[in-house]
Amino acid sequence: MSVLILIELNGSEVSSNSRAAITAATQLSDKIDALVLTDDSANAASVASLDSINNVKVIADSKLEHVSVGVASKLVAEVMADYKYLLSGSSTYSKNILPRVGALLDVQPISDVCEIKSNNTFVRPLYAGNIMATVESSDDTIVMTIRATAFEHSGDGGSAAVEELSLPIPEQKSNFISIQESQSERPELTTADRIVSGGRGLGSKENFALIDQLADKLDAAVGASRAAVDAGFISNDYQVGQTGKVVAPNLYLAVGISGAIQHLAGMKDSQVIVVINNDPDAPMARMADLVWQTDLFGALKELNDHSL
Amino acid sequence: MKIIIPIKRVLDPYTQARVNKQTQLVDLTNAKMSMNPFCEIAVEEALKIKESGAASETIAVSIGSEKTIDTLRTALAMGVDRAIFVKTDSELDLQPLHLGKILANIVKREEAQLVIMGKQAVDNDNNQTGQILSGLLDYSLGTFISKFQLSDDGKSVEVYREIDSGIETRQLNLPAIVTVDLRLNEPRYASLPNIMKARSKPLETIEISSFNIDISPRVKVISVKESGTKDRASKQVQSAEELFAELIQLGVL
Repeated sequence: MSVLILIELNGSEVSSNSRAAITAATQLSDKIDALVLTDDSANAASVASLDSINNVKVIADSKLEHVSVGVASKLVAEVMADYKYLLSGSSTYSKNILPRVGALLDVQPISDVCEIKSNNTFVRPLYAGNIMATVESSDDTIVMTIRATAFEHSGDGGSAAVEELSLPIPEQKSNFISIQESQSERPELTTADRIVSGGRGLGSKENFALIDQLADKLDAAVGASRAAVDAGFISNDYQVGQTGKVVAPNLYLAVGISGAIQHLAGMKDSQVIVVINNDPDAPMARMADLVWQTDLFGALKELNDHSL
Repeated sequence: MKIIIPIKRVLDPYTQARVNKQTQLVDLTNAKMSMNPFCEIAVEEALKIKESGAASETIAVSIGSEKTIDTLRTALAMGVDRAIFVKTDSELDLQPLHLGKILANIVKREEAQLVIMGKQAVDNDNNQTGQILSGLLDYSLGTFISKFQLSDDGKSVEVYREIDSGIETRQLNLPAIVTVDLRLNEPRYASLPNIMKARSKPLETIEISSFNIDISPRVKVISVKESGTKDRASKQVQSAEELFAELIQLGVL
């Protein structure tokens, strides 16, 4: 009944969604191993010190930097021969690889698991999270992504044994060309304690800077609605919602966001929700703990000028 | 080069999903249905490639009950050349693994070099079918794409992938599967003359049983419930000072 967790690394650091997957795994078994695909085995050090991990399996090869999903899924599927479960934290990394591993293992994967009911029964969202489904898997092997906002993030303190696997790296059919990483000094969106999020109401990319300014003042991450992203005010990796990121900060401050169901799906579990909008009938307002119904530019100026 | 565009009929994304107390399923009786928004983007991209002269034929495929034909007709009205309808007995809830197996059969039969599809359907939100299809066929895969550029020699494509940390550019060898994200393009509307014309475009029906694929559910839905969005107190504030005071009081500032 052992669990393999596919770890996502950001450089040499373990991603927060991988830590959520570990917490979920502890509810299934106490035999939990981690798998790391990396170009440099030194990156596995941070994985070995994670809590609850027995063994770290490392496949290290220079070809694995920006490796194709085809190669990654073949390697993961091969290691899975010894395991009952494959878990990874929900992210574009795991959502790319895990379903393809499922195809190779002839398994129906389960996406965005929010609760573990038993060894084969799980709860996951449908319809942008408006429906929660309890599902039961009859597959011998269970492959699933774990929603990071639904589980505690496991900490450090372990000392797992590290084993380097030397598997042949298959030929890849897609080549990495470049990556344009979003540079930000601000907290990361999915793990931030506070988020200031802007919508279409901001009206322009220039005006969106007022959101950045308030975020800096509150030591918050910046978020955006799909409408703001589509309008070109900000890039897609800031999008909160069904097709963007799912967040649950202590404070979610929404400015000029009317609250399409797809956006609410991505932030409804926030502890305190503040809405600044001039439309009292916007769906977002009903979700709010605090509402400031006013012209949002006046409000942003006042908030940015006010000394804390 | 043939392009296959798998599409899905879903509950209209601006309609609130409700649970039918009797069936314990999401109630789709008399509900407004439409083409999954990501599929519309996939159709648009395929049409643009065809219009550029790089593709010989565009083929929409959908799997479902008789009503699925409506969605295929919409794709034909947008400009797709022909449609393949895989007919299921009822509103059978096929899962991405099943869909991947059926689509793999069709891709091989048509010898298609390119499959363009939505990154997810907005009903089940699985985000799996393209990945599974690529695994079954061992084709290259580009998920969550926001830009698509065919190479001059027609042997590969360059795509932008919208990933959590930013935008990744990759070159995929053909044959390839791509799954599209929202910013790839703005889908066209079908004009009235094209809606009329679509009625006479070829639509092939294949019974699902003819694929000889085990379609018993691997993951069974036991129950569903509306999580909704709980209304909160919505206490009004009138100034920055008041707002900050409340937030400090609540312990979040």
